[in-house]
Amino acid sequence: MTRLLDISKLSVTFGGLHALKDLDFHVDEGEIVGVIGPNGAGKTTFFNMISGMVAPTSGEINFEGESLIGLDPNQVTQRGISRTFQNVRLFANMTILENVMVSQHCRSKANVFSTLLNTAGFRSEEKEIRERAIEILSFFGSRLVGYRLDQPASVLSYANRRRLEIARAMATQPKLILLDEPVAGMNPKESAELTGLIGRLRSEWGFTIVMIEHDMGVVRDVSDRVVCLDHGETLAQGSFEEVSTNPEVIEAYLGRPLEKRA
Amino acid sequence: MNLDTKLIASRGGVTAIGLVFLALAGMPVGLDPRMLIDPIFSLGYLSLLWIPLVMGGLMSQHVELEGVESEGGGVGDVVAGGLVGLLGGLGLSLLVLLVDNFDLRDPLVNWSPQLVEFLSFGKGIGVGIVLWPVIGAGLGAFGAATRLLPSKVKKPLMTATLTVLGFATFETFIVDVLEPLENLYANTGGLTITAAIVLAVLSAGLSAAGAGKQVRKVRTSYQQSTGATHSRQTALLIGGSAAFLIILPMVTGKITQELLANIGIFLLLALGLNIVVGLAGILDLGYVAFFAVGGYTTAVLTSPNRGPNFDFLPVLDGTFGWLIALGISILMAALAGLFIGAPVIRMRGDYLAIVTLGFGEIIRLLFLSDWLNGWFNGAQGITNIPPADFGFAQAKGTDPRSVFYLVLVLAAISIYVSWRLERSRLGRAWMAIREDESVAEAMGINTVNVKLMAFVVGAVLASFAGSVFAAKVGSIFPTSFLILVSIIILVIVIVGGMGSILGVMAGSVVLVGVLGGPKQPGLLQEFSEYKLLIYGALLVWMMLKRPEGLIPNVRRSRELHQEEFLQDAWLRGEVDKDEEASEAQAAGGPAPTTGGAS
Repeated sequence: MTRLLDISKLSVTFGGLHALKDLDFHVDEGEIVGVIGPNGAGKTTFFNMISGMVAPTSGEINFEGESLIGLDPNQVTQRGISRTFQNVRLFANMTILENVMVSQHCRSKANVFSTLLNTAGFRSEEKEIRERAIEILSFFGSRLVGYRLDQPASVLSYANRRRLEIARAMATQPKLILLDEPVAGMNPKESAELTGLIGRLRSEWGFTIVMIEHDMGVVRDVSDRVVCLDHGETLAQGSFEEVSTNPEVIEAYLGRPLEKRA
Repeated sequence: MNLDTKLIASRGGVTAIGLVFLALAGMPVGLDPRMLIDPIFSLGYLSLLWIPLVMGGLMSQHVELEGVESEGGGVGDVVAGGLVGLLGGLGLSLLVLLVDNFDLRDPLVNWSPQLVEFLSFGKGIGVGIVLWPVIGAGLGAFGAATRLLPSKVKKPLMTATLTVLGFATFETFIVDVLEPLENLYANTGGLTITAAIVLAVLSAGLSAAGAGKQVRKVRTSYQQSTGATHSRQTALLIGGSAAFLIILPMVTGKITQELLANIGIFLLLALGLNIVVGLAGILDLGYVAFFAVGGYTTAVLTSPNRGPNFDFLPVLDGTFGWLIALGISILMAALAGLFIGAPVIRMRGDYLAIVTLGFGEIIRLLFLSDWLNGWFNGAQGITNIPPADFGFAQAKGTDPRSVFYLVLVLAAISIYVSWRLERSRLGRAWMAIREDESVAEAMGINTVNVKLMAFVVGAVLASFAGSVFAAKVGSIFPTSFLILVSIIILVIVIVGGMGSILGVMAGSVVLVGVLGGPKQPGLLQEFSEYKLLIYGALLVWMMLKRPEGLIPNVRRSRELHQEEFLQDAWLRGEVDKDEEASEAQAAGGPAPTTGGAS
């Protein structure tokens, strides 16, 4: 398996706070990696750094052998990494179709002149963007297509908003998708369904996935490998069983037993 | 009878303050010579009387909740309205007394004997003091009562009033369009009493006969049609309006033609700013800079009076044709857009607005400066700009109709540009940036480039207006490009409806056409002294009552009224419930809270 993302000695400090400290991390092509850790462990900061929204203080991020350091978020997306947001951030007043169409921006190239002249190239590209958007939305069953296409994203239920966020990430045609708590706030049935979808994202669409998740059932079911972060450091990594039985991980989540503290 | 004394007191106070403010602003006295209905009713009195009428009307307005029986108005509302008007009238009586006995003319220019005379109807102050509370109470009660009338009576009454007032205020325009109608008017510009009565009866009759219903029926049938029928009707509508606009200046006189040309120039500017502010969401307060660049480029290229420093290049002898000058103006404006935009565009929100404000002034001051005096003649400006010559026709200031046709062509181009871009890859990216810039960037949109593109397209559309303006006026001075122009264009876009092409058109007609541009007179020439006051009041009122503009963009009104929109969608059953709704939160709440922080 080839290495897709390779991160070494990654650190970031906000003032005196070490949000991440000398983090080493890697993802192979076709893997699904779960990132877990208690609140404040630095998981979202970690995603923000990969996607270029926060610049690291030191360290290296290599994607397909090329460094991502210093790139803007849009350039990172262009290279093939896309993400969802923990606190669902859709373009609420754009329609569902538009949300997915606009995310194909970096994969299309119509400019002012071809738009104004309505060239054949422009029209076929628009058609392609539209068809691809519908294809992606159909992945989630009938929920986001049909009469839904032209409705604003704000009318969607919470679960459907999460689905649309994933659809939007897919539309940038990435190699690696970063999912930030994809099932947060969903009921058990919806979580189970989304777990299945995450598996299909790899098998049918060929995406490599890194997922932050608090729901251990979901992490267990889809992850090939689990990484646990705490205080900006890697606490443990390995299979779900290895990590979930690691005493340090248990300690980070639950605290130290009383007798040991003395 | 249950009177809300607190509400009456506060509304009455507002009425009194409003009346006194307008009286001291000089509006009634200034507008008194202009009659509406000769010789009994002048524009000056109208400028005061509408306040108690409207405030009284508000007293019979109750919040109605669906499913809850309306509290219903009645005699109580009429009395309340009357009391509000009475308090307002007392305010004016007090003003009469004060003006008559004290001299505050030093800070308040309009604290004058003329004001006393106006307010006492020329019959001694006693009459005024007694009469104003009576008039106020009457109007307030009447205003409140009209709301309670059945719509069969109310509609014709309203129509008649508005028709008479409309005919009376737009005298210049109406006579300019249809000369025979001159007979309706007296020498003072007001309608004769007979004409007023005839108009009132005629319009009330038409309204009672249900003419309004026909209009509404046609409109709803257009709105409800879909598919091919809808596009056919749209094409018909566009064709019809185009034909109307082409024929209109042929039948009207010079005043209307001039007005149309001015509206057109501001429409060009507003369409450009609409792309920047309405579509891309970049608040640009220095937009006039691009108007100036377009105007000056055209002036330098076509006028022999451009600054002597241009002599170093024999090509620039000031003999270019207008079309070539337009092309080069577009290029220069695009470059200016890039140069101003590049450093500015990385900022967001308020910072960006302030910096653009600065750049707008810098460009004007550069044209004014001694340093560039040899190029642009400083304050003397560039004169002797020839008209736009197309061989078969000329567009020149003395023939406003030709300018209007030129503007019409350019406006059609601008509308096409706005319309195409809005529905394209670029337009979608602008929308996304307006919604959430950092997410847009994470979704692969190069926000800097895309925003810069909006800036450049906007600049190019402004240069159209600049070139036409230069050819129309024939001379160009730095004072033509004051910051006020930027503000007025922005107000046009906001009042019309940000992001809506139709709205921008409506905004230009209402503001530039009716009230007038920064230096151009509008239809209501009488009001030109109070133009900015009215602009301001209109803007405040719009922000409170209709922030989405006259003809709103669908998306924009969705943003501003998201709650209401969601309620409507929910009533129609369009807000989805989760199929497996076991959690009440996920099913019922259209806007659930977000997950916890990690």
